[in-house]
Amino acid sequence: MSSYDQNPIIEMVDIRKQFGPVIALNKVSFDVRPGECHCLLGDNGAGKSTFIKTMAGVHKPTTGEIRFQGAPMSFGSPRDAMEAGIATVYQDLAMIPLMSVARNFWMGREPQRRIGPLRFMDMKHANDVTMEEMRRMGINLREPGQAVGTLSGGERQTVAIARAVYFGAKVLILDEPTSALGVRQTANVLATIDKVRKKGIGVVFITHNVRHALAVGDRFTVLNRGKTLGTAVRGQITPEELQDLMAGGQELAALEGSLGGTV
Amino acid sequence: MTDERLQEVSKFRRALIRPELGASMGTILVFVFFLLIAGNSGMFAPQGIENWSVVSAQFAVLAVGACLLMIAGEFDLSLGSMIGFSGTVIAILAVQWGWPVWAAIITSFAVCIVIGAMNGFLVIRTGLPSFIVTLASLYILRGLTIWLSILTTRQTIIGGVKEAAEGDWLAPLFGGKILTGFFTWMGQNGWIATFAQGQKAGQPVIAGVSMLIVWAIVLVVGGHLVLTRTRFGNWIFAAGGDPVAARYVGVPVNRVKVLMFMFTAFCACVFASCQVMEFGSAAADRGLLKEFEAIICVVIGGALLTGGYGSVIGAALGALIFGVVQQGLFFSGAESSLFRVFLGTILILAVILNTYIRRMITGER
Ligand SMILES: Nc1ncnc2c1ncn2[C@@H]1O[C@H](COP(=O)(O)OP(=O)(O)O)[C@@H](O)[C@H]1O
Ligand SMILES: [Mg+2]
Repeated sequence: MSSYDQNPIIEMVDIRKQFGPVIALNKVSFDVRPGECHCLLGDNGAGKSTFIKTMAGVHKPTTGEIRFQGAPMSFGSPRDAMEAGIATVYQDLAMIPLMSVARNFWMGREPQRRIGPLRFMDMKHANDVTMEEMRRMGINLREPGQAVGTLSGGERQTVAIARAVYFGAKVLILDEPTSALGVRQTANVLATIDKVRKKGIGVVFITHNVRHALAVGDRFTVLNRGKTLGTAVRGQITPEELQDLMAGGQELAALEGSLGGTV
Repeated sequence: MTDERLQEVSKFRRALIRPELGASMGTILVFVFFLLIAGNSGMFAPQGIENWSVVSAQFAVLAVGACLLMIAGEFDLSLGSMIGFSGTVIAILAVQWGWPVWAAIITSFAVCIVIGAMNGFLVIRTGLPSFIVTLASLYILRGLTIWLSILTTRQTIIGGVKEAAEGDWLAPLFGGKILTGFFTWMGQNGWIATFAQGQKAGQPVIAGVSMLIVWAIVLVVGGHLVLTRTRFGNWIFAAGGDPVAARYVGVPVNRVKVLMFMFTAFCACVFASCQVMEFGSAAADRGLLKEFEAIICVVIGGALLTGGYGSVIGAALGALIFGVVQQGLFFSGAESSLFRVFLGTILILAVILNTYIRRMITGER
């Protein structure tokens, strides 16, 4: 893991987040280095989404520090975080099914071309770049005008990832990108994560599936009811240990006994 | 990881799957139909053509505004009331208060666009469906128009605008005609009929192309270009397609929506100004039901009521169908109440076809 020696792009130190009486995050620390895939695991409601939203500028931490490229940073909005290079692909993807792949890819950042005093969208450039970027991610589009709605879940995920990468993400956060996908689509998304990592981008991969995490992860942090028990490096932890940490240990051990080790 | 099953969709079928498909087919059908049943009724003689093209242009002007607004995900039911209001404001200012007509027109536009913006802000701020917010404006504006008209003139019809507009520099932009020289020349050459007797003897039966048609063409072409060829057009689609997703990537959804409400108000004012200049009067009940007629044109034109999808060209074809059928039934001597039957039927057919097209596009079931 060469990336392990490099300085983190973003560091989250002792993050606490409270929604009224609910303590969603309790002193969680986490960092991402260039070219690594850092998995954030945890059961439903563990606080994974809340945590990455804090990283992406959606929430402000109640206490704790965020350091971006070594300097303390406070993102005022998701836009700020995006401009700094923190791109997030949420569970709902921010894709519009009725619009074409190219229009979705460029949404909010449409390239323009001047004709006299008027400015038009540079459709040719938009289409060419979209086709090329999608091809690099292993998707051959029929045409850039193809509606996103015709793509499979995994392909849509890949469009969202390709878009983030093209627009200069340094950190790419993926919130449960594989949870709604079948086996083959999942394999494709995991392969995409690997491609992104090799470009030197730090990937935060959220999942509650230990097998998916182990397939691409370099480091693993488990959240359990808003708390973390630390970060493990690949090779230093077994799938069983990870699974135990996620479920809170003993409970799962008991469950596993009664189910005959099928969980 | 392209899905090889997608390849089966033929090029031909793909070319057909466009928002304008239904409206293009409808346009051809309607023309063939009336050529057959009303071919010698004068409907396709110069005056007949002028007649239905002006009516279609009226619908088109409103449809462009309603179309862009619907694609941006909103409705404006106050469109019809806005027409009555705008015209009445012009007439009160120009006739009753003696303002120059240009000042009256500009003021009317400004007031209406501000009201359009208020509609938009209310929708954005309250998060209520625009259907409800603008239904309220429909009543408020209509009531205000009648009240204002009676308060200032003790009647609901205000005449005398034509006289007031005499020599005004702005009025011809709405009430005038262009290419009059060209039509006179065509008349002199015997290419189009001329009046045989009376005051206008020797003049062509069509004096020129009325400004309403010019407005319709400019708005349709401009609206189409903005929607399909500009960054702002992409934002209109995005704002209606999924406002949350659009906001997340930095599209100023609220601004887009408010601007579209303002643009719809602008279109209503264009319609009202042309009508006031043509009739020489304003009436408080003008524009009744126009909001629904505009929405019907837009839906026939392939737009989805849920926003995010549609076409200005489609809406313009919808307006053409609307105008041709309305006037065609008149030319063919059919019972005019049949027009409503036709409208209802074509509306349902259009919505069914559009739903089918949408499924083809998105692959949903
Ligand atoms: N905006 C919010 N207001 C109040 N509680 C919230 C909010 N967002 C998340 N929570 C709570 O924080 C906890 C963690 O949620 P979440 O981060 O979505 O979990 P995960 O993504 O791991 O499934 C849940 O108990 C949830 O109810
Ligand atoms: Mg979540």
